[in-house]
Parts: sequence; structure tokens; C-alpha cells
Amino acid sequence: MKTITRLKTATAIVGFALHFAAGTAFAQEQVELRMTIWSANEAHLAMFNEIADSFTATHPNVSVTFDSLPFESYTTTLTTQIAGGNAPDLAWILETTAADFVNSGALAPLSDAFANTEGYDLSDVTEQATALWRADDELYAYPFSTSPFAMFVNNDLVAKAGARTPAELIEAGEWTWQNAIETAAAVAGNGADGLIVRDFNYQIWQNLASIWRAWGASPWSDDGDSCTFAEPEMVEAMTFIHDAIFEKGAMPEPGESVDFFAGNAAMTITQISRASLLPTGEAAFDWDLVPLPSGPAGAYSVVGQAGIGAFAMGDNVDIAVGFLAHMSNAENSAKLARFFPPARASLLNTDTLGKTNPLLSPEQLESVVINGIANGKVLPGHEGFAEIQQVVRAELDALWQADADVEAVLTSVCDRIVPML
Amino acid sequence: MNVAARSTTGKPHKRAFWTMERRDTLAGYLFIAPQLIGVVTFVLIPLGLVFWYSLHEWNVLAQTFRFQGLANYEALLNDPGLPQVLGATAVFSLGLVVFNMALALLLAVLLDQKLKGIAVYRTLFFSPVVVSLVAWTIVWSFLLQNNGGINALLALVGIEGPNWLRGSATAMTSVVVVQVFKNVGLNMILFLAALQGVPRELYEAARVDGTPAWMQFTRITMPMISPTILLTSIITIVGSLQVFAQIAVLTQGGPGMSTTVLVYYLYQQAFQFHKFGYGATLSILLFLIVAVLTFAQWQMRRRLVFYEN
Repeated sequence: MKTITRLKTATAIVGFALHFAAGTAFAQEQVELRMTIWSANEAHLAMFNEIADSFTATHPNVSVTFDSLPFESYTTTLTTQIAGGNAPDLAWILETTAADFVNSGALAPLSDAFANTEGYDLSDVTEQATALWRADDELYAYPFSTSPFAMFVNNDLVAKAGARTPAELIEAGEWTWQNAIETAAAVAGNGADGLIVRDFNYQIWQNLASIWRAWGASPWSDDGDSCTFAEPEMVEAMTFIHDAIFEKGAMPEPGESVDFFAGNAAMTITQISRASLLPTGEAAFDWDLVPLPSGPAGAYSVVGQAGIGAFAMGDNVDIAVGFLAHMSNAENSAKLARFFPPARASLLNTDTLGKTNPLLSPEQLESVVINGIANGKVLPGHEGFAEIQQVVRAELDALWQADADVEAVLTSVCDRIVPML
Repeated sequence: MNVAARSTTGKPHKRAFWTMERRDTLAGYLFIAPQLIGVVTFVLIPLGLVFWYSLHEWNVLAQTFRFQGLANYEALLNDPGLPQVLGATAVFSLGLVVFNMALALLLAVLLDQKLKGIAVYRTLFFSPVVVSLVAWTIVWSFLLQNNGGINALLALVGIEGPNWLRGSATAMTSVVVVQVFKNVGLNMILFLAALQGVPRELYEAARVDGTPAWMQFTRITMPMISPTILLTSIITIVGSLQVFAQIAVLTQGGPGMSTTVLVYYLYQQAFQFHKFGYGATLSILLFLIVAVLTFAQWQMRRRLVFYEN
């Protein structure tokens, strides 16, 4: 009797053990990838999920979740997750922090993996677009969004103020910063607000590159080694911005929050993906999208970039890189183009972009998107950017006073950041 | 042969392990266990780890963790931003403690009356304490904007208000006031309880002696509630050194570095600039400041606190 009981017990134990072992084996095959992103836009998420589903269709054991983090604290949250041993498998990376991520060794190399993926043509991606994301000729992140900065215009407000619309100025060949600010000032004098550099808020100063590049100004030299904040071009550009704010009243003063897309301002400089914020129905207004005005240094364009990288410390690096290859192939890049302009030569035409951007006319796509991506310079970035950003932000606070000495402030900015460059 | 070790039957007797004393000791430890486990897990171990991190260079992205001795402490002594940060921290703490305690005491004295509906007033002044800190601060950030509610009110009476959060003096004042209004109710309740604990006979006796009201306050009320003043001052100072959300929401440390207090600076260094080792070093500095201040206050109680049980 005792023997039978023992046998029963042993069988039960083996049964349980097998069950758990099978469970473990099954769990090992199941892979859950997590990608951090800074968008919580439903349309964006629906598109990502569609791409993830198509990957799951060919890799049934893989599922992908998209983890939306707030934009303002995105990099901070991401690095804290990494510090806490909870790094995602893949992550969006901002152009300003590209240097930190690419040079740290935190990201998995992509070039070989992409080359070995059937039908993947990396040479289709423009070299200019991948420059930020390479180290020693190796690609560490894929630039999935190369989005030009452009100017959205509220023609209703401009017409109400009796000013010339940007479209009229472009036609007359007079689309310059001087005239753009006159239009903004006219609307601001008529009860609404003038020009808003979106997300600048007197904090994210690098977004002002969309204005100061018209003067040929930049915060540091191309090699990133010397400070050029106090160069004459920058002084002139910043003086222009300062006057626009405090003398002409053409831009909201510090501490004022105004939303263009709520119909409260004449113009805003932002990326085309923000077209999804344009109001419809009763709140809709007559809007236009135009290239940035020209300045003393001629015509120019500025692009914001975002890359996707796979973390080298993850458990499923190869699968994560495989998913990245899938997400960034020509077919899915065409889908992503609806919100995130691709840097692929084969997709940069009005036909392809027009299908996914029904809000924009072929002329707008040509002049703003295609031309912008082809000629645009990426927003300034640098290794250790987060600290440089804060230090410059603190120094520039002195500039945002009505009686500021522009040149003195910019000189002090250089004094502070030279040791960090 | 030891007689005591033998039972009446003469067999050797094994002495029971669980003596009364040991049982009491165990019970004592069990009673304090929940608190002890909490303190060890959430205070002592993290404190030890923070000190350990402060001796390292920890690059989160590159996943490197290198021992570098006291290099972070040397960097702390040579940090050009630190004097400004400590200055801002001192101004904030001092402003907060003085304004908070004075207002709390004033409100408590005013509310220590037997009036109809006094409970409603007490509730009103206490209610901000239970409001979510971030929600409270965000609402204030809208009110304090250049085109916000406060300046709109001032404009109604013909005053052009300053750009509260963008001027260095007004930004610090704004942060202090927002914080005081949020928490003054807590100190007010503590003061109110203390005031109500002062024996009424003392005031009656003083009145019989013809003592003026002001002197009754300074000679009876203040000494009688001095233990509460000490307690609230410690809570308020320690709390003021931990201010973070208000700075993050209202000013992000600006304009310039004028509202970059120590905790915010620590956050920037560790979480924004990815210098976790240096951030840990700043935490040690903050810990020492809090410890020294609390110790000094306890020492002062001998001179300033009366009637302590």
C-alpha cells in the first residue's frame, strides 16, 4: 500500500515538474518586445500596432508593445529605466541626444543585420539623414522621421488684420523674415497673437534654430568643438528675435501660453506631423503651410530627426533588430510617411507622400517636405546635450528681458559652455 | 553537583530555551518589526547604497560603473554652480519657514475662537493640504503666467503685475508662497491643538493681574506652545529642503539658476545629465545638511522650549 502511495506521489511530482518545464520552454519561445515612444497619438499608435501585427504574422511568437512616455521627460524616463535594469528592447531617440546614445555603446549595430535582411535597401536612405546615427561607419539607429520645420498660417486672422498672407508674399517673391514678422505684428496688434515657435516656451531654445539659420547662425561649430553663440550672425539673429518679442510684440512674451491650433495666433513654426492637430468642424480655420521665410543667409530649411535604436543589453537583441528592419523597410516607411517623413529617396515624391498626407497639396509637399528633407540641416545636438541645454537655457533667461544686452548675454553663454564642448 | 540543575526526581533537567526574558525580547522585536523592516529597507540600505554610488562614476547609457574614490566629492567642492544652488536653497528654506510659521500661528490664533461656523473656516484653511501637490502647482502655474489670472485681477484695479515666474526675485517669492498656501493648514492645525491645550486659568490669572493681551501672548501662549513650535519648525525646514515638484512645474529652476534648489539640482545631475554618481554625492550633502539642522534644532530646544514632557 505504502509503495503505491509513494508511486502516486512521485507521479504527481513528475507531472507537476513536467508541466512547469513545458511552461518554461513555452515562455522562452514567446518574446515580448517593448518600444518606448513619445507619442500617445491614437492614429500613430494604430499605425504602429498595424506594423507590429504584420511582424507577428510572420513571427507568431513575437509580440510588440509600444510604451508612450511624456515628451517633456522622455529621455530622463528612458535613462532611468535603463539605470533600473528595465531597459526597453527598442526606443525612439531624439536628434539632440543622438550623440550620447550612438557613442555610448548602448545600442546594437544595425548595418550588417539590415544588409542580411532580404529586400532591405539601406542605400535608399539618404546619407545625410543617417549621419547623426552613425559611429565609425556603423549605423546604430534608423532615422525613421526626418521632419522639416515649416510654417503653419491662420489666413483668417491674417486677413482680419489686413496684413499680407505668406502665400501672397511668396508669390510676390517677398517671403522674408522682415515681412513675416510684420504680418505677425499686424495680427498681434489686432487682438490675437503673432508667431509662435512651437515647444520653444523660452526653454527649448534649440527650436530657435528654425529662425537663426536664416542668418547662417549656429550654436557651435560643425565639429562641435567651439562655441559660436557670440558670432555676429547669432547676435544679429537673436537681436531680431528679441525685437520681435519686446518691441514689435510679434511673438508671445515669456510666461504666456498661446496655442496656434486653437486658432489664437497668426503663425507657428513646427513640424508637418502636427498637421493632425488642425481643428475641424466649427473650430476650423483657413490654414496654409509654407516653407520658412528667407533671411540674410538666403533660403534654408531645418529638420527635426528621430531615430529608433535597439538596446544591446536586451535579452532579445536579434529579434528587436529584426523588428526594426521590418518596421523601417520601404513598405512600412511608406506607411509611416503619413506622420513621419521618410528619408528614403524612393519615397520622396509627391505621389507617395500625397497618398499618406491628404491634408497637404502637391505644392506644399514639394516646397516644404521634399525640398526640406533634401536640403535641411538637423537641429543642433551634441554629446552631453542635456547638460549643455540646461546651462544655455539658464544663461539665455537673461536675454528674455525687455532691456537685455544681447551680445553680452550670448558672450556669457559661450563662457559657460566652452568647457563642455 | 549542581542541585538546581536537577529536578525533584533527580534526573538532569534541561533548562528551557524560551525563558521569560527571551520571550519578552522576541515579543519586543516582533512589535517593532514592521517599523524596523521599513527603516532598514527604505532608509538604511538605500543610504548605504547612495554612499556606495557616490564613490563611483556611473554611466547609465554605457553601462559602466567605475570606482573612483573621492573624485565626486572633489568635484562637489569645485562645482561652480553649487554656491548659487545652496544660496537658492537657503533663501527658499528661510522664506518658507518664516512665512509658513508666522501665517500658521496667525491663522491658528484667529481660528481659536468659539464662534458659530468656525469649523467651516478651519476646514477651508486646511483643505489645500489634502489637494494633490502637482495639481495644486499646475493650477498656480496658470494663475502666475504673465497673461494669467493674478495679473488679470491686478489689471482690474489698474496695476500692471510683474511676470511672476520669469523675474528672479518674483519667481522665488512665487514658489515660496505657492508652497506656504499648500501646507500652512497642517502647521495651523498643530498650533491650534497646542493653543487649545493651554490651561485657561493662566489667562484668567493674567487678566486679574491686568496683563495686557500682547504680553499674555508672549509670556503665556508662546512658552506654552513652544514644544509645538519646535516640532513644526523641524518638519517645515526638513520639508523645505525636499521641495521638488513645485520647482519642476513652476520654474524648472529658472530664471537663470535662481530657483534651482539642492533637490532639483540633484535631480538634474542624476536623471537629466545621467551623472548618477555625482547625483548620489549631492544626496549625501543634502543628508548631512538635514542631519545638522535637525541636530541644531534639538540642541536649541534646551534654551527655547519650555514645559516639555
